[in-house]
Amino acid sequence: MFTNRMFNILVPVISVLLGLLAGAIIMLSFGYNPISGYIALWNGAFGDWYFFGETIRQVTPYIFTGLAVAFAFRSGLFNIGAEGQVLVGWLAAVWIGTTVDAPMFIHLPLAILAAFLAGAFWGFIPGILKAKLGVHEVIVTIMLNYIALYSTNAIIRSVLTDREDTTDKISESASLSADWIMQLTAYSRMHYGILLALLVAVLIWFLIDKTTLGYEIRSVGYNQHASRYAGMNVGKNIIFAMVISGGIAGLGGAMEGLGTFGYMPAHSGFTNIGFDGIAVALLGGNTALGVVIAAFLFGTLKIGALNMPTGAGVPSELVEIVIALIIFFVASSFVIRWMLLRLKKEGK
Amino acid sequence: MEDSVIEMLNIRKEFPGIVANNNITLQVKQGEIHALLGENGAGKSTLMNVLFGLYQPEKGEIRVNGKKVNITDPNVANDLGIGMVHQHFMLVDTFTVTQNIILGKEPKKYGMIDIKKAEKKVAELSERYGLKVDPSAKIRDISVGMQQRVEILKTLYRGAEVLILDEPTAVLTPQEIKELVEILKSLIKEGISIILITHKLKEIMEVCDRCTVIRKGEGIGTVNVSETSTDQLAELMVGREINFTTEKSEANPKEKVLSITDLRVKDNRNIEMVKGLNLDVKAGEIVGIAGVDGNGQSELIEAITGLTKTESGSVLLNDKDITNFSPRKVTESGVSHIPQDRHKFGLVLDFPIGENMVLQTYYKQPYSKNGILSYKNIYQKANELINEYDVRVASEFTHARSLSGGNQQKAIIGREVDRSPDLLIAAQPTRGLDVGAIEFIHQKLIEERDKGRAVLLISFELDEIMNVSDRIAVMFDGQIVANLKPTETNERELGLLMAGSKKEKVGEQ
Repeated sequence: MFTNRMFNILVPVISVLLGLLAGAIIMLSFGYNPISGYIALWNGAFGDWYFFGETIRQVTPYIFTGLAVAFAFRSGLFNIGAEGQVLVGWLAAVWIGTTVDAPMFIHLPLAILAAFLAGAFWGFIPGILKAKLGVHEVIVTIMLNYIALYSTNAIIRSVLTDREDTTDKISESASLSADWIMQLTAYSRMHYGILLALLVAVLIWFLIDKTTLGYEIRSVGYNQHASRYAGMNVGKNIIFAMVISGGIAGLGGAMEGLGTFGYMPAHSGFTNIGFDGIAVALLGGNTALGVVIAAFLFGTLKIGALNMPTGAGVPSELVEIVIALIIFFVASSFVIRWMLLRLKKEGK
Repeated sequence: MEDSVIEMLNIRKEFPGIVANNNITLQVKQGEIHALLGENGAGKSTLMNVLFGLYQPEKGEIRVNGKKVNITDPNVANDLGIGMVHQHFMLVDTFTVTQNIILGKEPKKYGMIDIKKAEKKVAELSERYGLKVDPSAKIRDISVGMQQRVEILKTLYRGAEVLILDEPTAVLTPQEIKELVEILKSLIKEGISIILITHKLKEIMEVCDRCTVIRKGEGIGTVNVSETSTDQLAELMVGREINFTTEKSEANPKEKVLSITDLRVKDNRNIEMVKGLNLDVKAGEIVGIAGVDGNGQSELIEAITGLTKTESGSVLLNDKDITNFSPRKVTESGVSHIPQDRHKFGLVLDFPIGENMVLQTYYKQPYSKNGILSYKNIYQKANELINEYDVRVASEFTHARSLSGGNQQKAIIGREVDRSPDLLIAAQPTRGLDVGAIEFIHQKLIEERDKGRAVLLISFELDEIMNVSDRIAVMFDGQIVANLKPTETNERELGLLMAGSKKEKVGEQ
């Protein structure tokens, strides 16, 4: 037990350090000072209230997509579709936010619920295909990402607007932004969403670890045969897991629509919030607490890196490489761990 | 030891937290059959994996033909002439015998596989060692016994001079075992040395020259088989006296609990495996289903327990129709099931053993209330079962994966028996277990019978069927072909019935 826990904490910490180290070597070899580069990164994330607010703003959707991917992972499913679920959630939230007229205590929850339902529906499709027909969820979710990208664009251009590239601003009554937060953080785009993110993290932890539903999800995730033998409905659990996973990712979209931007632009490409969620989930060991910590790390890197070109003269391309290296080491630690476990199993 | 082919001297292998092998010495002479005997978890496999290069020992040395060697991986072992036949065969079903044998070491001609040459060589080898294998037959068309011979040929083809056989008789019929014994004898005549991993004492007495005993990772010693007895070997292995014949009183069967009529079941390839089967099990009796693996036993169990849908026929439990119930409803109707494959079905290996103990009951009080789990009650129950069924485990929080096979099985039996079922289905309950655990499990089955429960035992081990059952139903080709009393039959008759021949060729062998 103890060694296992140590292992779970050590692996991600080491991989982050390795990533930073490799990034430092890259910076050195291109003639930049890695120490001032990383100081710029730190300042860019926490240097003043504005940067701090922006970091938290970036962390918020990462918590949602990380939780979404992690939840699916716990039931043995690989939800690559968080990206698409973010997009449909974003659109649903903005749709309600721009078209409905209601007092805030109805309007805001309604918009958030719409985002959840849209994402949940986007997760339900691969879920039911997997449960009933055995279609692999990775393929379906990848394809649904593209369907989400292009259909949201089409809806924005031809349903919500008349051939414009962004929707209208949502009404005040559906907004997660608050003046006092903006003033406190020197007009960053930080919003109330972080509270919702932390609340959902607690709920997911409770659901997975403390309820019979979570027991079934974990059991199905580890061993479908034994779960069936024990009388669990494996198909139902797969659908349930994908619905919840998609719903949470949809909430991540709502954070962008109702908090950060207050509208939805037509996207030329993916937002990467969903894809980064995969790395967040893996780095966080697929636990709720781990995901929150990993999301903070990713948010910090993303926002802090913006300061590296101006703060330390490191070109932004190099910053991308450094971040990619960190993600690479995180991902390869998962591979290493997986290989170790495989070896352990086969050695028996 | 002047003529030892393999010497493993004072081998020590540690894993985090446990010493799997401590100071074990194994010396195998040229041309002998050397048994490696030990309970499950005693460290037999670890020792053989060290020899085969899968593990590196912390201490000790290995000598092959008197020369010190460093076996870093299985390829090195192969080059040194060490071959291993695993318990689970590693063959490609749709390939021919020859294709399987040459896999990875194909003879080539102009860059193409020279299949003619390969077949000739396989036929030669087969001839020389009396294996009688058809080189061009497909694996899926030949019997399990034949497949095993293909595995043996595979190692010989690679130039093996020392053969490690891991539990080779576990999957064979009595007749096939006899043939295997003949093959082993002809192999040693040709100068091959054999290490036989087993815990079947009878086999050791029958074929082996010497026997090295391991107990709890310690080498106990090596004995000449001609100077020992099964009782002595068992005592060496377990460290205490063992009761071989299972003590039990006469059965006292009462009302019918399970009644199966004209059951037909298809497997996942859509081939009918159970073909109009009829079977009754009464309260207070143990019915043993004897049969060779693959004659529909698995499909029969899956149909009763709801894991597979039936094609036609009916399954009645206490006169209630439970045909095609979901697994949960079958369980709730009063059926417990000790599955054949405990890793695949019986346990969630990555769950703590405590959570495994409520695998079917987690949604009921007191283990949960309104959908919220009560870990306190779950682990309390787990603790009770662990103590009552003598599951040896560090704590109830230990993951099921790290338990030995015997203890995993005890945990499953505890969980299944504790639900007080009307019908207890035990499929291969002692597969791969050592004599101590087997004794314990047989006692439990008989205890359940004496409590008035119906017990359906499925086993490929004739000894087990003969010892434990009150009634034997022989299953062949999806049907029950005979109902016998264990006192009125013998292994020979059962073996023939299991092979599908009733009267013919009784004189052979």
